[in-house]
Amino acid sequence: MALIETPAGQDITEALVERVRAATSSKTPLRITGGDTKCFYGRPVAGDTLALAGHHGVLRYDPAELVLTARGGTLLADIEALLARHGQQLPFEPPSFGPLATLGGTVAAGLAGPARIVRGPVRDYVLGARLLTGDGRVLKFGGEVMKNVAGYDVSRLLAGSLGILGVLLEVSLKVLPVARGTRTITRRIDAQDAIGLLGAAVQRGIPITGSFWSADILHVRLEGSPSGLDEVTSSVEGVLMDAQAAAAFWHSVREQTHPYFASSRPLWRLSLPATTAGAALSRTDRAAFEWNGAQAWLSGVDRQTIDLITRTAGGHATLFRRGDADDGTTGDVFAPLPAPMRDLHRAVKRVFDPDGILNPGRMYADF
Amino acid sequence: MAVDQELLSELGSVLGPGLLSAPAACVAYECDALTAHRHPPDLVALPTSVEQVQQIVRACHRHAVPVVARGSGTGLSGGALPVPGGLLLVLSRLNGILEIDPRRGIARVQPGVTNLAVSEAAAPYGLYYAPDPSSQVACSVGGNVAENSGGVHCLKYGLTVHNVLAVKLVTMTGELLTLGSETGEAPGLNLLAAVIGSEGLLGIVVEVTVRLLPVPRRVELLLAAFDDVGRCAEAVGQVIAAGIVPAGLEMMDAPAIKAAEAFAHCGYPLDAQALLLCEVDGLPADVDDELGRARAVLEAAGATSVRMAGDAEERRRMWSGRKSAFPAVGRLAPDYFCMDGTIPRRHLADVLAQIAALSKTYRLDVANVFHAGDGNLHPLILFDAGKDGELERAERFGADILEACVAAGGTVTGEHGVGVEKLGPMCSQFSSAELETFHALKLAFDPDGLLNPGKAVPTLARCADYGALRVHGGQLPHSHLPRF
Repeated sequence: MALIETPAGQDITEALVERVRAATSSKTPLRITGGDTKCFYGRPVAGDTLALAGHHGVLRYDPAELVLTARGGTLLADIEALLARHGQQLPFEPPSFGPLATLGGTVAAGLAGPARIVRGPVRDYVLGARLLTGDGRVLKFGGEVMKNVAGYDVSRLLAGSLGILGVLLEVSLKVLPVARGTRTITRRIDAQDAIGLLGAAVQRGIPITGSFWSADILHVRLEGSPSGLDEVTSSVEGVLMDAQAAAAFWHSVREQTHPYFASSRPLWRLSLPATTAGAALSRTDRAAFEWNGAQAWLSGVDRQTIDLITRTAGGHATLFRRGDADDGTTGDVFAPLPAPMRDLHRAVKRVFDPDGILNPGRMYADF
Repeated sequence: MAVDQELLSELGSVLGPGLLSAPAACVAYECDALTAHRHPPDLVALPTSVEQVQQIVRACHRHAVPVVARGSGTGLSGGALPVPGGLLLVLSRLNGILEIDPRRGIARVQPGVTNLAVSEAAAPYGLYYAPDPSSQVACSVGGNVAENSGGVHCLKYGLTVHNVLAVKLVTMTGELLTLGSETGEAPGLNLLAAVIGSEGLLGIVVEVTVRLLPVPRRVELLLAAFDDVGRCAEAVGQVIAAGIVPAGLEMMDAPAIKAAEAFAHCGYPLDAQALLLCEVDGLPADVDDELGRARAVLEAAGATSVRMAGDAEERRRMWSGRKSAFPAVGRLAPDYFCMDGTIPRRHLADVLAQIAALSKTYRLDVANVFHAGDGNLHPLILFDAGKDGELERAERFGADILEACVAAGGTVTGEHGVGVEKLGPMCSQFSSAELETFHALKLAFDPDGLLNPGKAVPTLARCADYGALRVHGGQLPHSHLPRF
């Protein structure tokens, strides 16, 4: 097996460096965009657009290495199609929220889909990155190997950083083979029982790679070899879903085109401990959950109710989509940081973007 | 160096008998497992609570005294080597398992708990902690976080960073921060990722929440022998390209096989030029499926024999050779260096050939063991420090191997850390601007630069000196720097 030859794509590093340097000297804030598919996420940024879409192309991909390196503006759809041709995938199943989603935006947003519950977050698959900092330096961190402890792990720090530390020029990711088989089972069950059942199944080693619960219906996805699935499917109670319908269903969960997400009301994302999530979600009829309860959604609920839930249950909440409550104001969308953590964030931001020109305010108002 | 009497009395009132300053007591802590570097600490603190850790660092901060954290001292790169005029903060008495919760699938432990103790405490629930560095009987979880420790099961189960959900960190000013959360998602930047593997330069880890996994229902081990090292290296890529992700995929070359067999009597084929250990785990039917496919790939790749361990006892024996490779090779010569480079797997055969050529150039034997699935090489360079010039030749041999790893697109350390050992090779892997960014990141956490100073990231001046020694293609790295 060898490196897969791919079209060269386009390298606009020099132009991007010049734009950033010019913005630094004129103290002009920049709003970094890839496909602009996730601009709803985080706080609004006022600034000139720095477009990465023209900086694209897969640089290296060798299926036997389980590593892919591509420029930040490469379309997520192109990467997923290339991987699929070799029986591989992005393990964290990122949502694209539109056909123009890019690799850079995917890593910067740090969002993962159903498989995150077993395979881990975006961060776990970032092996290296080439970064354009706010003061116009091009720096490379990490690499293209699985094990690497040379220097601080800056490339993983960039996962979910929402562009506030730099522009992702290139990213190297670990990829994994697609499972040999998959089955989806559905059943009627309330939230609390569903979370208990999923927790017990995981502890027994049942290979659950996706779970979604809403309106008292639980969908569970299992993956493994065909004979392995035969072995475990009988131990999960419920109705087996048609394979094609199941694939469409998980796509709708990942891309939030499932009817649960159709509401135009504000959508909150809650990260809750498994032991308290069930009780917390039974207080409302507007909830759905994924990741065996670790990620819950609440639609059309006010901030006071959210605060009450996270206070009682532990965990934290994000205003994922402002929906029809979006009045263009700049209220916080992420849970507030304790003062020493806020200071540390500001200090880390200054290391990479001393003049604060990259996506200022996207994560928190003051940096 | 004289210890400030005021600091001594402040620390004494915090720690009582948990403060050591007598040279006879301190000398036990003069080095970690990189014994070539030693420096007896002036002061050793053995706190028993997080509050004591906070009081110690606050006092040291006031007196501008550097602090080096240490767990069990099993590190291989000198990360816990005491620094002159500094305090050694030994966290081994913070060794409580605070919580094991099978429902949440987590363990919350103090930093001095040993790696293996976590799995032992989780075992009654059918759970375990996946990272298994070779020193897991002794090494501490806090040390694992500092080094981002790996082991033989990283390809499937990841490194420490993939298995730690949250840490509590005491900063040099005594603040207690929580990074990450038990759900694995936390607001703000992913600072936990920067702290894991930061070798004690950013903060003191005082509590760790780890993810526990169900113990696999079935584990099987294949041993494949090859009469050619290159063919064995290629088989590794073919196993993975076939869509198999083994729990462990370990490779050894002929000198390592012979040494291990003589040491552990593990049943290795002595006529083989290389062998692969391929471990598969999971649900019984999935394991059957993967075993069949792995065996077919290995045979097609030219293995001269493929044998499956018949039972748990044979599996243990087959692993024992690989796991005792370091001491086994250690018997072949008075001294050895263990290298730790990682390369993209496709260059394995080529880098092995380069190592063999270097072995001739430097007239020193080398035995190779690898975490082949991860491309992580551990060449063991054999030498006799008592013979004139051998130590220097071995050091140059080692540095050349790491240069070859960087040139192949790899890294100078896969899992042992930089510490004091690989400060020079770091200069080959990173540019001045990247190293400056590392230094700036440290100062964001530790503005006065008092935590484990001088480790992990070389100064630019040091790189200038290193460059003066190592010229490549007529080009000095960091050539724009002033020379001292």
